[in-house]
Amino acid sequence: MRAPKVYKTEAIVLKCINLGEADKLLTLYTPKRGKFSAIAKGVRRPRSKMGGHLELLTHSSLMLARGKNLDIITQSQTISSFLPLRGDLWRSSLAIYAAELVDQFTAEHVENYPLYKLLLNTLGWLCETQDVELILRYFELKLLTHLGYKPELHRCLGCSSSLEPTTNFFSPGGGGVLCPRCRENEPLTQPISLNALKVMRFLQDSDYTRASRVRLSAALSRELESLMRHYIRYLLEREVKSVEFLDRLRGEVIA
Amino acid sequence: MNIDFVPTAQPVSRLIEEFHKLPGIGPKTAQRLTYFLIRMPQEEARALAEAILAVKDKIILCSICQNITDSDPCIICCGEGRDRTKICVVEEPLDILPLERTREYKGLYHVLHGVISPMDGIGPDDLKIKELLSRLQGGEVEEVILATNPNLEGEATAMYLQRLITPLGIKMTRLARGLPFGADLEYADEVTLIRALQGRQEV
Repeated sequence: MRAPKVYKTEAIVLKCINLGEADKLLTLYTPKRGKFSAIAKGVRRPRSKMGGHLELLTHSSLMLARGKNLDIITQSQTISSFLPLRGDLWRSSLAIYAAELVDQFTAEHVENYPLYKLLLNTLGWLCETQDVELILRYFELKLLTHLGYKPELHRCLGCSSSLEPTTNFFSPGGGGVLCPRCRENEPLTQPISLNALKVMRFLQDSDYTRASRVRLSAALSRELESLMRHYIRYLLEREVKSVEFLDRLRGEVIA
Repeated sequence: MNIDFVPTAQPVSRLIEEFHKLPGIGPKTAQRLTYFLIRMPQEEARALAEAILAVKDKIILCSICQNITDSDPCIICCGEGRDRTKICVVEEPLDILPLERTREYKGLYHVLHGVISPMDGIGPDDLKIKELLSRLQGGEVEEVILATNPNLEGEATAMYLQRLITPLGIKMTRLARGLPFGADLEYADEVTLIRALQGRQEV
């Protein structure tokens, strides 16, 4: 049987590129079809019926028509536009970072429902929570779990013995933690404090309600951020572009 | 793209290749344009070539507003009867045209030449933000109108500018966001409607 010509799906808009006179090429993340690109015709005209429903980081219900190459969006209705994100520069930048991670880590047309749900929930949490950075660390750890890169935080990668309550070493290449002895043969490691290790374990094993109760000191927050960044950069083998803007914003707030 | 294998005269394939670099021009269109040019009268072809060269040679960025111009400062910046206390900040030079067409706005402009887009690695340093800030130092400017596009990146840019300019004590305004003329409520998205409700006006 041939696939029907039109289909419906929910989607989160990960990326928008202008195309032609008034069209946009959107990168969508969907529950059952994973990530794919689709064309939205005429959405840059002010009177477009779909334009506002297809903004970056909007959760929408869509109808698409199968095209020869790319599918074409024919109808759209916003489910949530995450309004609080749009009025807050810091939160919207973090949301862009989250979307970029999903975009970079996923391949086209690979379904990953837990990851879709995670991104959707994270956008919602970013609208309401106080400690946005904690949410981001939670997001990163869960994202890695759903993608098969869950870091090993309980046993040493080298000797499989339980980790001692001391400063251990995170190895991006091994995807986990090494004890001080095994670390000697591994050049590319980063020290991980006991507190950081405990928080990472807790975030990895908890659901959002429990995880959101954690309170981080500024120093611990920086350490976790740096650990996750190194690991993510190692896995992607490139920089996450929105990180630079995040650093800059933070620098200017402090200055 | 390599289209060397086409057995055509070298000048022809060279022109095809040049056309192919233009946005929206595929290999077939490039060929069609080239063969059209070959049949064109000599003087018309020369006029086209000269027009292209003139654009590259004579067009510069206005040292004040960063708009594209052939004279520095540009016509708007040295125009008589312009309100020099207002600066309207836009993303691209093209955005000035519809604003000028309204004949409603008499102030000056500032072109950012882009918008903050963290995902594409475009940050504040890639835009003409420093130039805008130095224009605000003179004390002549009383109002900055943020006219970046009302999408996520345009809003982010506006919020970023707001943070930089607020400490200078200059009045800042943002273009109203609401329902466009001729729109249909049925198709309006929630962000637009919320903004339209918030900005409703007594009649």
